Amino acid sequence: MSWDWQFYCNDTATGEAVAGCFGPGGKEQTYLQWMLHAWGWTLSVSLLALLLALVVGSLIGIIRTAPNKWLARFGEAWTELFRNIPLLVQVFLWYHVIPSLFPVLREALSSTVLIVFALGFFTSARIGEQVKAGINTLPRGQRYAGLAVGMTLPQTYRFVLLPMAFRIVIPPLTSESMNIVKNSAVAFAVSIPELLQFALQASEETSHFEEIFIPVTLLYFVSAFAINRVAKFVEAQVRIPGTSGAK
Amino acid sequence: MLHLDYSFLTWPVIQSFVAKGLIFSVQLTLVATIGGIILGTLLAMMRLSGKPWLAVPAAAYVDTLRSIPLLMVILWFFLLIPKLLGPLGGQTSAFITFTLFEATYFSEIMRAGIQSVSRGQVNAGYAMGMTYSQTMKLVVLPQAFRNMLPVLLTQTVILFQDTSLVYAVGEYDLLKGFEVAGKNFNRPVETYLVVAVVYFVICYSLSYLVRQLQKKIAIIR
Repeated sequence: MSWDWQFYCNDTATGEAVAGCFGPGGKEQTYLQWMLHAWGWTLSVSLLALLLALVVGSLIGIIRTAPNKWLARFGEAWTELFRNIPLLVQVFLWYHVIPSLFPVLREALSSTVLIVFALGFFTSARIGEQVKAGINTLPRGQRYAGLAVGMTLPQTYRFVLLPMAFRIVIPPLTSESMNIVKNSAVAFAVSIPELLQFALQASEETSHFEEIFIPVTLLYFVSAFAINRVAKFVEAQVRIPGTSGAK
Repeated sequence: MLHLDYSFLTWPVIQSFVAKGLIFSVQLTLVATIGGIILGTLLAMMRLSGKPWLAVPAAAYVDTLRSIPLLMVILWFFLLIPKLLGPLGGQTSAFITFTLFEATYFSEIMRAGIQSVSRGQVNAGYAMGMTYSQTMKLVVLPQAFRNMLPVLLTQTVILFQDTSLVYAVGEYDLLKGFEVAGKNFNRPVETYLVVAVVYFVICYSLSYLVRQLQKKIAIIR
């Protein structure tokens, strides 16, 4: 088979080669620029969704271990709701259904924000599950000890339980974070200009399927791997010598 | 607030649009589960064999497929299968793709399952004069399957959700069936809500059953 990589330097509108592969003004003029731009979209959507998922997931995980029955039930319901509907269907719900049901949101939220919500809340259910498991692996005595020395419940969580629980759940959170990058590919279904969307459109325009899908696959791989490295670095930094959280 | 009207979802509409999709989704889930568990078990045994020429390719296969989005895998396979095997049609290609992809997830589960069987059991098998394959078949794998049954079934529920991604190659699954019905009657909002409820009911019931099974197994052990 013969591969042709020249087209990456071509103008996406005219199809003519652009000298130096980069058009003027930083606009996405060549296919190479388009691809890098799409990579940026994938990374920003993934990172924003990861931030949302970590915040919401931690809250959900915490309230699922709280003594208040109603809070715990709310956490359970949240988890079941977001875990038992396919991500693609959730994306359609956020994109098509929610703006129709609440027309106020149609103006207020861009499609990017909607996809971040979809991806973030979907993952928050999984992260909540991990955080809950992390808190539950701690001996009960730790909670009682915190309360016994006069801390309030929030203080016990803040100073006793969570610092240990979060260290324990770093490995499963790492793989959830890598999953977010992979899952962000579903955003193509609602026309977010991310990597998969680029791959589908550009390969249709140029008919160079392999030349486009190989780099795009590698970019997904590299992005997920980068998150893995960052998480491993954090894990090593916060490790407490001689605890079960440390190796 | 939008006025929601579900009256278009009559029995004939469901029969003509949705049933076909549901059947394909279920078929795809079953084929990929059975095929994936068989292939996954083989991959797990290769990785644990201690022979580099078996372990390295198996590890490379599993790690590569697991680090790529499933959507990319689907698109790659739908490009490569016709080139390598000739035209097989979308449904067969989907069966092959999902089996090969889900095998990587099942293999990680089976690897944990095989490792959960204590070393003494394997040695006992050898001490009885069994060969490696007899020990695996008669001693290790039955216990590994049993230990991992809840996890395997949970993965099947996830797999059922994953089948909705055949959307990207236009195969007619449960999601697509509802979507076509919704487009025909111009009721997309109601359709997506119903799709979500249908998936939720199926997946929630299945995971509920898995939890019950887990409790049952936990007591016996």
